[in-house]
Amino acid sequence: MMAHLPILPVLIPLCAAVALLLATGASIAFKRALSLLAIAALVAAAVAQLVMADDGGIRVYRLGDWPAPYGIVLMLDRLAALMVALTSLLAVPVLLAAMSGTDTRGRHFHAFLQFQLMGLNGAFLTGDLFNLFVFFEILLLASYGLLVHGGGLRRARAGIAYVVLNLSGSALFLIALGLLYGFLGTLNMVDFGVALQKVAPADQGVVAVMCVLLVSVFLLKAAVLPIGFWLPSVYSAATLPVAALFVIMTKVGVYALLRVVTIGLLAAPFTAGLLQPWLTWLALGTIAVGSAGMLAAGSLSVVIANIVIVSGGTLLLAVAEPSAASISAALYYLVQTTVVTGALFVFADHLSRQRGEAADGFGDGPRLASYTNLGLAYLVLAVAACGAPPLSGFLGKIMMMQAMQPSLHPVLVWTALVLSGFVAALVLARAASVFFWEPGAPGIEERPDVPYRPAWGATAAIVIMLIAVLTVSFAAAPVSAYARAAAEQMLARDAYVSAVIGDPARIDRELRP
Amino acid sequence: MPRRVAAQTAVQHGMSNISLFLILLAPFAGIFAVSVAAGFSRSLGAWAAGASMAAGLVAALQLAPQVFSGSVVLWRVAWLPEWGLDFALRLDGLGLLFVVLILGIGLLIVLYAAYYMPQTDNLGRFYIALLGFAGGMLGIVLAENILLMVVFWEVTSLTSFLLIAYKYADVEARIAARLSLAMTGGGGLALLAGALLLGHVAGSYDFSVIEDRAGLVRDNALYPVILILFLLGAFTKSAQFPFHVWLPHAMAAPTPVSAYLHSATMVKAGVFLLARMYPILAGTELWFVIVSTTGAITFLYGAYIALLKHDLKGLLAYSTISHLGLITLLFGLDTPLAAIAGVFHIINHAIFKASLFMAAGIIDHETGTRDMRRMAGLFKAMPRTAILGILAAASMAGVPLLNGFLSKEMFFTATVAHPGFENAIYLLPAFATIAGMLSVAYSVRFVHDVFFDGPVKKTPKVPHEPPVWMRLPIEVLVGLVLIVGFLPQLSVGPILHTAAEAVLPGPVPDIKLAVWHGFNLPLVMTIMAFGLGILQFSRRHKLYALRDRFAFALTSPVAFERFYRAAARLSTALLAFADTQSLQRYLALFFSFAVIAGVWAWVRIDLTGGGATVLTGPLPILAVDATAVVAAATLVFAALGTVVFRHDRLKALIYMSVAGTVVSLAFLRFHAPDLAMTQLSVEVVTILLLLMCLRYLPERSARQSTTGRRMRDGLLATAAGTGVAALTYAMLTRPYETIAAYHMANAKPLGGGTNVVNVILVDFRGYDTLGEIAVLAMAALGLHALLSGTRMQGPGGPTLASADRYPIMLAELMRPLLPLSLAVAAYIFLRGHNLPGGGFIAGLVAAVALVLQYVAQGTDFAGERLRINTVRLLGIGLGIATLTGVASFVFGYPFLTSTHGYVTPPVIDKFELASAIAFDLGVFLVVIGTVLLALTELAGLRRAEDVAVPAKGDA
Repeated sequence: MMAHLPILPVLIPLCAAVALLLATGASIAFKRALSLLAIAALVAAAVAQLVMADDGGIRVYRLGDWPAPYGIVLMLDRLAALMVALTSLLAVPVLLAAMSGTDTRGRHFHAFLQFQLMGLNGAFLTGDLFNLFVFFEILLLASYGLLVHGGGLRRARAGIAYVVLNLSGSALFLIALGLLYGFLGTLNMVDFGVALQKVAPADQGVVAVMCVLLVSVFLLKAAVLPIGFWLPSVYSAATLPVAALFVIMTKVGVYALLRVVTIGLLAAPFTAGLLQPWLTWLALGTIAVGSAGMLAAGSLSVVIANIVIVSGGTLLLAVAEPSAASISAALYYLVQTTVVTGALFVFADHLSRQRGEAADGFGDGPRLASYTNLGLAYLVLAVAACGAPPLSGFLGKIMMMQAMQPSLHPVLVWTALVLSGFVAALVLARAASVFFWEPGAPGIEERPDVPYRPAWGATAAIVIMLIAVLTVSFAAAPVSAYARAAAEQMLARDAYVSAVIGDPARIDRELRP
Repeated sequence: MPRRVAAQTAVQHGMSNISLFLILLAPFAGIFAVSVAAGFSRSLGAWAAGASMAAGLVAALQLAPQVFSGSVVLWRVAWLPEWGLDFALRLDGLGLLFVVLILGIGLLIVLYAAYYMPQTDNLGRFYIALLGFAGGMLGIVLAENILLMVVFWEVTSLTSFLLIAYKYADVEARIAARLSLAMTGGGGLALLAGALLLGHVAGSYDFSVIEDRAGLVRDNALYPVILILFLLGAFTKSAQFPFHVWLPHAMAAPTPVSAYLHSATMVKAGVFLLARMYPILAGTELWFVIVSTTGAITFLYGAYIALLKHDLKGLLAYSTISHLGLITLLFGLDTPLAAIAGVFHIINHAIFKASLFMAAGIIDHETGTRDMRRMAGLFKAMPRTAILGILAAASMAGVPLLNGFLSKEMFFTATVAHPGFENAIYLLPAFATIAGMLSVAYSVRFVHDVFFDGPVKKTPKVPHEPPVWMRLPIEVLVGLVLIVGFLPQLSVGPILHTAAEAVLPGPVPDIKLAVWHGFNLPLVMTIMAFGLGILQFSRRHKLYALRDRFAFALTSPVAFERFYRAAARLSTALLAFADTQSLQRYLALFFSFAVIAGVWAWVRIDLTGGGATVLTGPLPILAVDATAVVAAATLVFAALGTVVFRHDRLKALIYMSVAGTVVSLAFLRFHAPDLAMTQLSVEVVTILLLLMCLRYLPERSARQSTTGRRMRDGLLATAAGTGVAALTYAMLTRPYETIAAYHMANAKPLGGGTNVVNVILVDFRGYDTLGEIAVLAMAALGLHALLSGTRMQGPGGPTLASADRYPIMLAELMRPLLPLSLAVAAYIFLRGHNLPGGGFIAGLVAAVALVLQYVAQGTDFAGERLRINTVRLLGIGLGIATLTGVASFVFGYPFLTSTHGYVTPPVIDKFELASAIAFDLGVFLVVIGTVLLALTELAGLRRAEDVAVPAKGDA
């Protein structure tokens, strides 16, 4: 089975989804068990991949046994393994949190969840641009299903905006890909880089435009300014466990950018600087808008959504100026921010169940019943989220600051990194004051009659997330070392070329007409 | 300025000892001990807290001999070495001094708090936060790695936030806590930036190494930036003007917290930083100017305001600010003597200020008020406490034979003949005397107003002496005030010397601490300060009047909240402007983004001179024939029609279908029959389904966009369309390299089919197809999920629906047509691998047949006859496709590897069969399942409508 390991993170959720569709009439307990089992298997496969990829090799899995670039290949390198592992691990608390109530608020939650995981893992593993498009579609449809899960006008509205905007993105993706295929005659990512190197000077202008269109699609997914305004309303409309899973969605955009930049754009001089200097400015603007969004937010989930935006902007700083240092810092940052913001959404789920009508808003609500544990959890997560020591957010921040010091605008970048964390700290401190310290509003019951007893799944979810945050913080060295190795691997393009297509000269190409 | 010699480290490095870690571990371990112990009883929690502080102290004292012998104790564990962050600790003289202060006074605070805090509070939360804070402080003073110091720096910001907000029911405590977090945490961020820069410049994040490279740092161009960032950290923490605002508000904390934070810890972290960085960053003009000026202003300002405060703790708060200004000034003066005086005053201030705060706490506790105007003559009611308070206040004022006198005398000495003021030699001593005068004045006021000033006034509580154990901590501290005051050299001489060794880069001057230095200028300054101070005090009422006339509004913690809300409102307004939450806007932004990015990439090639911007390629354009013109014109017409009639949904839909039909004709024209068939059948199915949906939508969409917005969208559409057309033109006029030859050559021998399109779909890129049918299935599922429980009514109402029966001709025609069309579908499916066709098209054809049944017979009739669980059908289809792929595992091939061979079934002739046909069957089933699900769901809506439940849809 080890030979088929690269495909398993796609196949396991697919099979689970199929099983869930076949068992459409089964009890919710059965579906939950099936879903949980599949995710457990997925985690096992993801961990195995991580171990396998850490030897530095690039595994190529030829689907249908067709060689690249004629068929589709999967490409398991450190980066792909890292992203798959992150997704799979995140899925566990998401599922556990959803199992304690929200999964029964509509149909097909578990099937959509599995499809979503299939889409995410497929996008991370594929070595083919068109296949990336296909998995983007899977992602989009599955996330749409998850977003509107639970019903209600607000979700329906957010869902329409989300799906229409993203379908426009897909259309552009398709246009860009079609044009690029027309020029370069390949869809394979590695071959794309090889082909870019051979573009004649007279064609470079047109090809550069196409590349930038492709990049625009990924930037839409990564929620960069000014095309990221869709994010807060979408994330805060979703049920909170779903929002926790969605934190990985912007990372798909960042991932695709990192992949296309390192394997493709950096290969040829005329595309190497294509993202400069504007992406740095947009990333800085994204951080600024996200910070303003935190200040303006009226509920915890909107704050978290804006933290997601800020972290996206931070990651794009590294994408704009890729180097071994910046990419490795960004990868650590990506892991930690995904875990922390995911954890915060799971926390918000806990919180809003206790606060009844007030949910996770900053308005007056009842005093919380279970106090200490929730407070401690919040303390840990808030510290990590605003980049305060000693937790992972701080470590990610110092890595990014160090890595971005030789950048074009180090002062601006540092200021943005530091101030966004500062704003987050102020906002999260105020949230703490509201949730834990302010007396209940007059007329609202001081404490609920029945003490809140969280379902075991919800508790397990938050505990897992806390352990993950602390692990990423205090065992930062191995994660960071892995990130460094992944970054160096990504920048060594030749290894990809020889692993995926061997000798480029031997590709059977012909010039037409 | 004395030029500094390259830092020399006479001390020997490398003494490693685990005890060092234990010092730091003690308070953090204490957190767990307290959380368990406090569960049993209040006093057990206090014991646990005290024990952990004591344990840390023991561990420190165990290392003291090594430190006194001149070595630096180090301990290190790797954390994130690649990025410069390590868990590296050091213990030198300065560190030892602070450890003793932090844990020693901490121990007293634990005892004091046990009696001060209300009996109803079991103190678990209090001690946990206090220990966390003490741990943070220890981390700062023990850190060898400067990033680790920043880590602990922010730990103190955070834990002090929790301590200040301890009485969180008070709105002021909550806001004060956030204010202090904002100020000190914000300063910590500046410190972080400074530390990162310093580490970058010095090439190491270890103090020992950086100290050796101090000259390098000071000569670097980044030195001013580093200095300012570090000073921002230090000044915010030690409440230097104008960053002092958080400190007075922090008095909202319980008094034991104030006593701890504002004597030995928190504010001392700032001056500790000055001392720690002294050998690295001091010795420049910039340091001298900034640090001494800030210190001087704070010194004077704090002392002046302190005199005006009626609140006991307010007076002490501003006196704290003032004394921290003094310490800062001493480090700023940048002479060895001044620096030693600074370290000495850190000790003395910690001792007398802690006792003063505790005395103030007792007074508050026993009288029920802290307002000095409401109390008097307490000497009679609590003589023992009064004596302790008077001694501590006298030390604060600088009365001889008390410890405060000694460091103040050293300060006066340092101001005399300071090398920085050669031209104005009396300026600095005069300033020192004035500041000293103010200190005397507020100290006198404290003693006079509280303990004397007539008979005992009526206070909320009848004042009496506190319990013995509550007074004990003050007695210990005042005892120290006296011991240091009388026997300075014997008591603090050694530790001051070792601490000075750590602070001063050069050799430590031989300073003898003595009570009597002879009759000299500093003594004259002391006498003058006392005389003037008492005079000032006697005229204080004029100052009060002045203050009342020009009171600052900014002094309330509410100012911070107001500031925060203003920032939030501003952000909200800015965001409301930038983000209108409108989908149209989002789309406009996205398309503008793509257009601008594309144009930019085009222009950039010219700018960078890398390549050329050539649009037209070498290939000739095909001759335009009539068919092409008609087709193109129809397409344009259809597209425009869709736009023009966008509000009339039915018409827009019809125009759209025209466009779709022309596209399928175009496919046919360019010899792509598979695509044409697919496009045509997709067109039919989607248009039919959309028509069914139209029933539930208003005939015309309601909102009209403004002309401006229409213009914008029109321009944008034109730009985007032109761009894509130009790119397409560029592509089509160029020859292209392709890998299609491989597909053509291998479709038959390796893929087992002659229809390359189908072989690509189910074999070469079968994985894509698998993904796409998953998308299709999800679209159906999404519909199923969205419409679950939805009841809708068409705008026309239920009567309209039944008015028009199904046309009988169509119905009669359609019934026999169904098996026929299904047979056609089967045929198309089977021949797919070799001739145009395949699972996808076959599925669509079958679906069209089914849709037509619905149209002709009505949903009820068809729905009753098609009792299929469509969700399960989707599962079966996807499952078959997946299983086909997995089957190749058995033969040791990758997912979706196909095989083919000849089969000879009965009746028909032998034909070649590829395993991919099973995959194609999956595709077929998913397509049918999707269409059927959509149909039944829409039919479900209808049935719900006929039942005529007038409920509104909510999803």
